[in-house]
Amino acid sequence: MADATLTFDEAMEQFDPVLGFEVHVELNTKTKMFSSAPNAFGDDPNTNVNEVDLGLPGVLPVVNKAAVESSIKIGLALNCEIAESCRFARKNYFYPDTPKNFQTSQYDEPIAHDGWIDIELEDGEVFRVEIERAHMEEDAGKLTHLGGAAGRIQGAEYSLVDYNRAGVPLVEIVTKPIVGAGRRAPELARAYVAAIREIVKNLGVSDARMERGNVRCDANVSLMPKGATKFGIRSETKNVNSLRSVEHAVRFEIQRHAAVLAAGAKVTQETRHWHEDTRTTTAGRPKSDADDYRYFPEPDLVPIHASREWVESLRAQLPEPPAERRKRLKTAWGYSDPEFRDVVNAGVMDAIEETISAGASAAAARKWWMGEIVGRAKVADVDPAELGVSAAAIVELNGLVEGGKLNNKMAGQVLDGVIAGEGTPTQVMEARGLVLVSDDGPLLEAIDAALAAQPDVADKIRAGKVQAVGAIVGGVMKATRGQADAGRVKELILERLGVSA
Amino acid sequence: MNELITSTAAQLAAKLSAKEVSSEEVTQAHLDRIGDVDGQVHAFLHVNTEEALTVAREVDAIRAAGGEDAAGLHPMAGVPIAIKDLIVTVGQPTTAGSRILEGWMSPYDATVIKKIRAAKLPILGKTNLDEFAMGSSTEHSAFGPTRNPWDLDRIPGGSGGGSAAAVAAFEAPLALGTDTGGSIRQPGAVTGTVGVKPTYGAVSRYGAIAMASSLDQIGPVSRSVLDAALLQELVGGHDPFDSTSLTDSFDTLAAAARSGSVEGLRIGIVKELGGEGFQPGVEARFRDAVELLRGAGAQIVEVSCPNFKYALGAYYLIMPSEVSSNLAKFDGVRYGLRVLPQDGPLTIERVMGATRAAGFGAEAKRRIILGTYALSAGYYDAYYGSAQKVRTLIQRDFDAAFAQADLLISPTAPTTAFKLGEKLDDPLAMYLNDVATIPANLAGVPGLSLPGGLADEDGLPVGIQLLAPAREDARLYRVGAALESLLEAQWGGPLLAKAPVLGTEKTGGVK
Repeated sequence: MADATLTFDEAMEQFDPVLGFEVHVELNTKTKMFSSAPNAFGDDPNTNVNEVDLGLPGVLPVVNKAAVESSIKIGLALNCEIAESCRFARKNYFYPDTPKNFQTSQYDEPIAHDGWIDIELEDGEVFRVEIERAHMEEDAGKLTHLGGAAGRIQGAEYSLVDYNRAGVPLVEIVTKPIVGAGRRAPELARAYVAAIREIVKNLGVSDARMERGNVRCDANVSLMPKGATKFGIRSETKNVNSLRSVEHAVRFEIQRHAAVLAAGAKVTQETRHWHEDTRTTTAGRPKSDADDYRYFPEPDLVPIHASREWVESLRAQLPEPPAERRKRLKTAWGYSDPEFRDVVNAGVMDAIEETISAGASAAAARKWWMGEIVGRAKVADVDPAELGVSAAAIVELNGLVEGGKLNNKMAGQVLDGVIAGEGTPTQVMEARGLVLVSDDGPLLEAIDAALAAQPDVADKIRAGKVQAVGAIVGGVMKATRGQADAGRVKELILERLGVSA
Repeated sequence: MNELITSTAAQLAAKLSAKEVSSEEVTQAHLDRIGDVDGQVHAFLHVNTEEALTVAREVDAIRAAGGEDAAGLHPMAGVPIAIKDLIVTVGQPTTAGSRILEGWMSPYDATVIKKIRAAKLPILGKTNLDEFAMGSSTEHSAFGPTRNPWDLDRIPGGSGGGSAAAVAAFEAPLALGTDTGGSIRQPGAVTGTVGVKPTYGAVSRYGAIAMASSLDQIGPVSRSVLDAALLQELVGGHDPFDSTSLTDSFDTLAAAARSGSVEGLRIGIVKELGGEGFQPGVEARFRDAVELLRGAGAQIVEVSCPNFKYALGAYYLIMPSEVSSNLAKFDGVRYGLRVLPQDGPLTIERVMGATRAAGFGAEAKRRIILGTYALSAGYYDAYYGSAQKVRTLIQRDFDAAFAQADLLISPTAPTTAFKLGEKLDDPLAMYLNDVATIPANLAGVPGLSLPGGLADEDGLPVGIQLLAPAREDARLYRVGAALESLLEAQWGGPLLAKAPVLGTEKTGGVK
């Protein structure tokens, strides 16, 4: 039976939402968290495993130093404290995707804690999200349940397990409760996960592909009556693995909780499964704070000491944070808010930066990328960068136009040639015989012919209706098969008619 | 009895390199002895005849060919060895003494096995143990008990009763054991052999099936202190596969054993390791040993370790806690035994439950349940947390004691070998047998047990334990070898020469 919901507006009239997120980030280290087996996606099942990943009798874990470095970088990027000493612990529970029947994780001593991140929504409103901790752990294997209707372990006839993912390094980023988002909670949820994804991708520590599960989100939602300070009972929607789903899941849970509470009932503390097709959640297993994982310090590993020198050397390696970089570039380029947002949304910010540093002006770079290349990419259904237009080619092309060698229309044809692999803009221009008619003699002939063909227009222009010049320019361009500089043509027409522009 | 089986490993190594005997002869002699007496002793769970002889012949061939390969042979090459069946080996089953692993073949070798193979010691087979090394008598083996060569009605100690009995019965000159609370030293004591628990981290644990990770340590079992030193040097050293392994080099152990002296050393008697619960004959032999050391120039002092009385209690919380987690992997999903429930639905939980119910013995279950309880929310601080604090106190007791003494001495076990079945129904009585050995595991310090003679009341071997500060394993071997030579001078030869005759040997006396 489907859960009752209030509308989002109804929910927001009565309640304040409180959010919390646990985002798991798979690191892209060469090997696993505790073994030398490859950390790779998409290979045949149970091929990227060794005796450690399978939990065979007698094996011992060894910590992957690269994974620790990546974890520290994530902690630093989230403005966290990095613990001078931290430990791993065992989280004990029986489940067949966990080869040892315990997960080696961090419990009371995470590597990073007490950070924050500013999340900017589309209209520029900024929310600060406090980070409780970021800790290291290992991923579990992947189970595929067959023979049952729901694809879940209950009711399955049999299950297949692939341990390739078992032992893949994970960093789990846990927020403190997020209050005060109000009706922007669903948007904030999406923007938060997007920001985490962007940060880990920018750090180079994760492939950050949500569709492959590199970034996975568990979203906690609770409601409290408007103005209250005591949090309500929360639900935890597991594995919401796209940005759109995060937004929808939070919205749905707010509406579902609101209906429960408005009816005077209590929200059940439980995990929820997200269903993309219906954009709803269904009950998972009851979850209480008394879940007993019998955590204790991992006796097979020694504590990790992160010396301040090491942490500072990693801090020095951090790339500029994405949000700060955007702010800096927007100011430097002088784009308006909507112009810059379009650039970001089109995914050509990096390309424009490169084009500018290759010598183009900010305005020219935007004109070429947003005006010409993005549209062509859309038609070809590829990312703009994949069209293979180099920054140098754009600078060259732009120079040809500004130098009066090409007009805009011809430049578009040259760009097509560059994309088709016909060579540099100059080579394409020459090969295709695209030469701007710049000798005034032939142009004047064409202008006189055009004026003679449209005497009424000529009269209008003489009478001061300068904007009518377009019709004459059009005639000239047609006569020269487009190979004329429209600006120069206009000048000559006005000169001919004795009108000043 | 054939001199090839009564020789020490050091003697065999010398004879082999002098080409007085071949490794094949030595290995065959031990295989013959196993065939002759193991029906009575039951030290072995698996005998590795073919591979052992293949390795032996290979050593002989290399030695016969001479040249660089022969010169490059490890000094111990060709000396056979037995392996406790808790240590994984390619090509032989590894059971941990449990039904749950019956028939399982490891696809990888433990680090110590890699080193043994590299040094070309023929592996005679795998020795019996209490299930997952949980016990002090080997009676908790799923495959039947091992018997003490001194009296077949008595226990050989445990958990490493198989390795100790194999060495005591001349079935192997050397063996590897594991020691979590005394599983190398206590069997050594009750079988009249030498057993050493090295400093925690001195020998890689990679490939030793974990019982209690923070306490487990692999170590040598032998008939002489020098042999134990040679074997620890061979298998020890840093291992990148074991994060708890030390980077220290332990390469002066055999030299220490050869230098054996006690002159000027301060040796501390631990006041708390004696008295009530200790058999008079054990205490008598212990006092004799102390007097011998005093006579040889050692300064004897008394030290107090007041927190040792809490050691057993702390041990029986920490060890089962780690056991409950370490043994969780045995669930029938990936390897080993899988039992389907008799009736009712076939779910993963129920298959895991049925497998573990059928596969684990009573003592393993007892410890899993104890440990699960001790780690539970609400009990963790009172049990596991308190036990860890006691562990710190015991480490401080050792620190204080080693400020007064270079080395500590005690009886290894409070009694000589008890009768099979005697303590099987009384776990607490069984646990008390490890009262003197457990503190070393809790503190990570090394301990050595060597034969101290026979108790007057039952004529059975008594063990003397030496304890040194962490990383000072060499000190144990130096003093152990000195005491051994003083004692053997009194006895007119090794203590095992007094052991009863086994098998088809008709002539009696040992050469």
